[in-house]
Amino acid sequence: MPEQRVVDADYLLLEAPRERKFITGAQAMAEAVKRANVDIAIAYPITPQSEVMHLVGDLWAQGYLRDYYRAEEEYGAMSAIAGAVRGGARAFSATSGPGLLRGLEAIASWPGHRLPAVLGVLTRVVNAPLSIQPDNVEIAYLLNCGIIVLHAENQQDVFDFTLAGFVISEKVDVYIPVAVCTEGFFVTHAKGYVNMTPEDMKLPPRDPYKAPVPPTDCEIPPARIQRDAPVQKSNFMSYLIHAVWQQEVWSSNIRAMKYIYKYLGGPIEVVNPDAEVFIVASGCAAAQGREAVRYAQLEGLNVGLVKVKSIRPFPEKEIRQVLSKAKAVIIPEHNIVGWLAKEVKACIPDNDKVIGGPRVYGGMTLPVELIMEKIYSVFGIKKEKKVVV
Amino acid sequence: MGLEYVRISPGFERYMPKDYVDLVKYGQFGRQVDVQQLGQFKELVEEHPMCAGCFMAYFIRVFYAALPNPEDTIVIGTAGCARLALSQAAVPFVYGNYGDTNAVASGLKRALTIRFPDKVKDVVVIAGDGGLIDIGFGMTMHSWFRREKFTTIMVDNEVYGNTGGQESGMSPKGVQLKMAPKGKQFDKINAVELAKVAGCVYVAKLAPTNPKRIAKTIRRAILAARHFGPTFIHAYTSCNIEYSIPTEKVLEDARKREKQDFAFYEWMTDEVREYFEEIEKKTEEVKA
Ligand SMILES: Cc1ncc(C[n+]2csc(CCOP(=O)(O)OP(=O)(O)O)c2C)c(N)n1
Ligand code: SF4
Ligand SMILES: [Mg+2]
Repeated sequence: MPEQRVVDADYLLLEAPRERKFITGAQAMAEAVKRANVDIAIAYPITPQSEVMHLVGDLWAQGYLRDYYRAEEEYGAMSAIAGAVRGGARAFSATSGPGLLRGLEAIASWPGHRLPAVLGVLTRVVNAPLSIQPDNVEIAYLLNCGIIVLHAENQQDVFDFTLAGFVISEKVDVYIPVAVCTEGFFVTHAKGYVNMTPEDMKLPPRDPYKAPVPPTDCEIPPARIQRDAPVQKSNFMSYLIHAVWQQEVWSSNIRAMKYIYKYLGGPIEVVNPDAEVFIVASGCAAAQGREAVRYAQLEGLNVGLVKVKSIRPFPEKEIRQVLSKAKAVIIPEHNIVGWLAKEVKACIPDNDKVIGGPRVYGGMTLPVELIMEKIYSVFGIKKEKKVVV
Repeated sequence: MGLEYVRISPGFERYMPKDYVDLVKYGQFGRQVDVQQLGQFKELVEEHPMCAGCFMAYFIRVFYAALPNPEDTIVIGTAGCARLALSQAAVPFVYGNYGDTNAVASGLKRALTIRFPDKVKDVVVIAGDGGLIDIGFGMTMHSWFRREKFTTIMVDNEVYGNTGGQESGMSPKGVQLKMAPKGKQFDKINAVELAKVAGCVYVAKLAPTNPKRIAKTIRRAILAARHFGPTFIHAYTSCNIEYSIPTEKVLEDARKREKQDFAFYEWMTDEVREYFEEIEKKTEEVKA
């Protein structure tokens, strides 16, 4: 293990030199953890996540992390993350599909407890019948927890979002966890080029006293006095305190937006802003959307892409603005419920122009041709289907 | 940080809440109190909304008085009657989700060990029978298998008290409770033996009839967890509401159960026994 020196977070994220490597998404996530000065990682195996936490375990064995263990199951893992973060440590875990749902009661309580941490979500089918393939319906379950939800398109995003995730999560005016989601296998097990910061530089350690809610470590005076805990005697107080606290969680979520601009170049990326027709997509679907834009250009069709990087906070204003003149909006997704289409429809006034789909699920690939079919149909182009037998 | 964090900065006494000043002046911080003196010092928990005559509430008062190091102790609880008092004590208290105590404590203790390798920070779980042995069973057992260095105290009222009297795994066989309309169909779970098999280094079982002994047991469990590994106390703390025990009969009931199935029991590894002999010899030398 090379000696790592602490550098300023802004320097590491925005200015440090970068070296190009050809690595998998799982490696990209672990490489970010390596540079994030993580105290403790807690793992529980599930395909396709396991690769990430194997690599993080190796980092611990090499001395990059202070502690690491394989938990009893995901509820235990995510609860232990809560304990570690309350104790002032910087913590990381990752999971997939059914593992995410098993850990969800704990995860959903992290923002309310004001616990900064990063959780990798490497998507996989949930629900029956069994499949281990990269359907991303699980992200729908995360959307109402208060947690920040980033959706990575490729290995580079995985690296950038994970490393920046720690920094954003620990900002005093944010102080809620960040989920870095990406499609299992398509990204985790495939290689792509990633520009990475030097291996011998790491983030400053977490300072748990720079916090809206202090850590539980018996170090910050005054000592706790006896108090009438909110949920005990009066229902009114418990409603009120819960309400105020949750408002603050969601405000924190929105306050993260300025850091998403600063460190990730904004919550959306727009390709061809003057397009007539837009594809709005996140994660892997954005990569396919990019290809569709290229195909369309070859055919002289004016199509653009809005890649949504941040699902929570959701870039309502930005999306509304880009789509204001669009004739049609096509939203390809890797799940059956169409959670992204619902989000987009909810934030634009003329949402009858939204075409929810194409959707693939069960972990299927999303052929560009499926997106092209929608593009042809909005442009009124009739193509003969070639059936290859 | 110990006492530094409790102490009032000079000149601020007038502005601190009376409760705080009393805790510093007449409380337990920085000194070992004798539980038999309850009422003659400022207790860490004084107010709670638990039922009149609830023996769990009494046990919790004794628990706080017994803490060897209250200024550096963190208590972890969960849904259940106990948290009604735990959340109001002058000791940091963590409440996560129902049954998660031993996983949260594992993460917390590890974080404190990373951050304060040279300091004593005691982590103690106090949770109900339902919390530890039903919903949280896996996490309870695995924290023991992993040899996590904290204390687990089960306040066993043999029922889900807080949700209105349902059967728990710790209810005795045959007892008719809600969700067991024909009486419980299987035996009370043997938590003490499970704790021993799972790797606890100190295990005790008691009925709260003797405050001095409760205090000694709690202190031993916390000290052993500091140095050696997981420790467990199984305390019978009757629910007078769900078991219809008249308030003035709770002690009688505890004595009866002590004779039946809650006789005082203490087990520890040789290493822990030697350690106690050592420190107890030292305190006697100091006294002499
Ligand atoms: C996930 C979840 N399931 C169920 C509950 C409801 N619940 C709250 S307290 C409790 C029972 C408490 O029983 P026990 O742990 O024995 O504590 P006691 O109240 O008897 O002291 C239950 C089932 C909950 N809060 N969370
Ligand atoms: S319901 Fe039972 S255990 Fe709960 S406070 Fe009342 S007497 Fe105590
Ligand atoms: Mg109970």
